[in-house]
Amino acid sequence: MKNKFVKAIFTIAMGSALLISCKPKNSGDAVSGDAAQKAYVAPGKYDEFYNFVSGGFSGQLSVYGLPSGRLFRVIPVFSVDPEKGYGYNEETKPMLNTSHGFVPWDDLHHTEMSQTNGEVDGRWVFGNANNTPRIARIDLKTFTTKEIIELPNSAGNHSSPFITENTEYVVAGTRFSVPADNSNGDVPINTYKKNFKGHLSFVKVGKEGQMDIAFQIQCPGVNFDLSHAGKGKSHGWFFFSCYNTEQANTLLEVNASQKDKDFIMAVNWKKAEEYIKAGKGKLTPTKYAHNVYNESTHTATSEIKTQVLILDSKELKDICYMIPCPKSPHGCDVDPTGEYIVGSGKLAALIPVFSFDKLQNAIKNKQFEGEYDGIPVVKYEAALHGEVQKPGLGPLHTEFDGKGNAYTTFFVSSEVVKWDIKSLKVLDRVPTYYSVGHLCIPGGDSKKPFGKYLIAYNKITKDRYLPTGPELAQSAQIFDISGDKMQLILDFPTIGEPHYAQAAPADLIRNNGQLKFYKLDDNKHPFVTKGEKETKVVRNGKRVDVYMTCIRSHFSPDNIEGIKMGDEVYFHITNLEQDWDVPHGFAIKGASTAELLIMPGETSTLKWSPDRVGMFPFYCTDFCSALHQEMQGYLRVSPAGSNVPLTYSLGTNLPAPDQK
Amino acid sequence: MYKLSLFIAVGLLFVSCGKKEQSGDDFSKPTTEEATTKADPSSYDPNRGEGKFDKVDLGATLDQAMATEGEKVSGVKCTSCHKATDEKLVGPGWKGVTSRHQPQWIMNFITNPDPMINKDPKVQAQLEICLVRMPNQGLNDTEARNILEYMRKIDGVK
Ligand SMILES: [Cu+2]
Repeated sequence: MKNKFVKAIFTIAMGSALLISCKPKNSGDAVSGDAAQKAYVAPGKYDEFYNFVSGGFSGQLSVYGLPSGRLFRVIPVFSVDPEKGYGYNEETKPMLNTSHGFVPWDDLHHTEMSQTNGEVDGRWVFGNANNTPRIARIDLKTFTTKEIIELPNSAGNHSSPFITENTEYVVAGTRFSVPADNSNGDVPINTYKKNFKGHLSFVKVGKEGQMDIAFQIQCPGVNFDLSHAGKGKSHGWFFFSCYNTEQANTLLEVNASQKDKDFIMAVNWKKAEEYIKAGKGKLTPTKYAHNVYNESTHTATSEIKTQVLILDSKELKDICYMIPCPKSPHGCDVDPTGEYIVGSGKLAALIPVFSFDKLQNAIKNKQFEGEYDGIPVVKYEAALHGEVQKPGLGPLHTEFDGKGNAYTTFFVSSEVVKWDIKSLKVLDRVPTYYSVGHLCIPGGDSKKPFGKYLIAYNKITKDRYLPTGPELAQSAQIFDISGDKMQLILDFPTIGEPHYAQAAPADLIRNNGQLKFYKLDDNKHPFVTKGEKETKVVRNGKRVDVYMTCIRSHFSPDNIEGIKMGDEVYFHITNLEQDWDVPHGFAIKGASTAELLIMPGETSTLKWSPDRVGMFPFYCTDFCSALHQEMQGYLRVSPAGSNVPLTYSLGTNLPAPDQK
Repeated sequence: MYKLSLFIAVGLLFVSCGKKEQSGDDFSKPTTEEATTKADPSSYDPNRGEGKFDKVDLGATLDQAMATEGEKVSGVKCTSCHKATDEKLVGPGWKGVTSRHQPQWIMNFITNPDPMINKDPKVQAQLEICLVRMPNQGLNDTEARNILEYMRKIDGVK
């Protein structure tokens, strides 16, 4: 009797435990023991890792410390940022130029760090713009965006920016197939199968990081979702997940899930290089912007390029192969050895793992089951290492710890599942809060993961934080994965909707030659002012250039008169400080752009057009010293055609003419 | 027990002071190494100041070329806040500075201001008047020496 009762209680307990892990109701359930201590970084102590997290629809990149979850910086990339003047000052406006003109916003989904020999090297982070397809390079010495390149023939730059093991290429696969730029786009939408094409862009990265589109591969019209480069033995290959191989153009949630299997496309980019050398590429007219920020002039320039080299996957049979993959694959991840390629079918109830060696054999022995729009389709079993059975619902992304384990996120069942790559056995599972998308293990998509922490990036956080109106903060969660079992140690809110992220040991970043200030000697800005003696105001017709300096705690000049209605005033302000962490700000009443935030030794330009006659104060916006409030000045605007002479001064306290 | 923890707390304070003063910010050193350096206020020499300069050889007469270079550099990095007269601007006027301080004190202060602002009694007295900490303007040794020569010129050395 007693035994039976215990059994019943045990069954109920187990049952409810299961329920809890399916849909956790209370955050406290998962936290135990010394969890908080593991995430605690005392004031004044440094974190172990930098975490570079995409800001999703904010268009920015955020930088967090691990394991503390402390936010260090938000780096503007694809969206204007009034806090830093990015996209508002004259120097950075060209960064957001595109073939569509100035585009002030985009949707940054994925981040990828540069690698050397397959290991993260701390030089740059790349990010993708989804909406108006672009790739950005962010320099980790200055934590600023240095270069943005637009991608022609593309729409919805989703499978991007993934990188080869020596940063040879950054790739970008188009999410939306569209008619090619040089064809007529004015066609009926339901001619998708005939007229729409998917282009994969291979962007070459130079020694100093400079980007250039080396070539594009024209592929069948499908949706390219995600990607990863081969590594080690599979170096020279790229893998892209494809959905909508049904080639539907409406009601995709039904029409693009007709087939039992879609594809992972394997691309032999070394072969593609050979074809280019052999002259098989076609230069095709198009239009795209290439924007570069120059370190010594502190100024970006934008160039419109007019052609791109294209290889046709239909013609060149041995650069692309389709591997069947169940069903609507999303993530496409390659393990640290380069042997295993993990596909995650959003709508599949299993995780297929492919073997690079088997794929090579299948190609050699022509184990094909046919062609898809001219591309050979490898037999599923011939390339398959095996399937993880019943892992959870809605597998999305997989990262690796370098110890033979894979960790996959499950959007629908809100959990992270740890499994063994070779045996395909599930080893552990933990709930997330909730609806997890991407995940990151520092170095987790490189040859050398630092298998200590895992961060899950969640889409929905109901009942996790204090309510903040209809929308709640998106969030990330940190798990300690150093032991056999994953342990939740912290969660923290994020900006935008976090997608992919990358992380590297803090020392790798902070020892890479972090910039403390811009050397005044090296400042080659065309409107630099080196010292107060050189400050001046120059009129040229209706254009007025103000060469201004700032230092704790004044501007020079601080009194300007003789500006007239109809003038266009350019404030070129040089920060004379040569000390770390002393930016000055500049704001003037009625400015219709933003403030300037000028780093030590830097020159920035604000364009300002007076809209009325009167007195316009300006001041420093970034608290700089005890006399910060005194850091201010006046600009007088007179009617057009008035005879007030152009004057500027600092420290002159002459009695006004009528008081003499 | 209470006493012991107080002792530890005081010790920690010293350690963290020492760390702050070391803000040469060489991240290549492991953090454990940084923490061992101790600040010893009693070892501060108000005639020499703190920095790399022990002794600065001055010529009997002014080196005109150096003074000219010094005037140029100070036009970029110093005169926003210092006048060549004895009038205070943001910081004190430069007139008479070479008679108020030893040459090595001046060289140390202009190349390494932060630790001296924290310790030097004369600098602290100035800070009460000016209320703005002198920024580190990233002067190299040659620039600093040339500025010193320019200061001598201001003070009438021929
Ligand atoms: Cu200021």
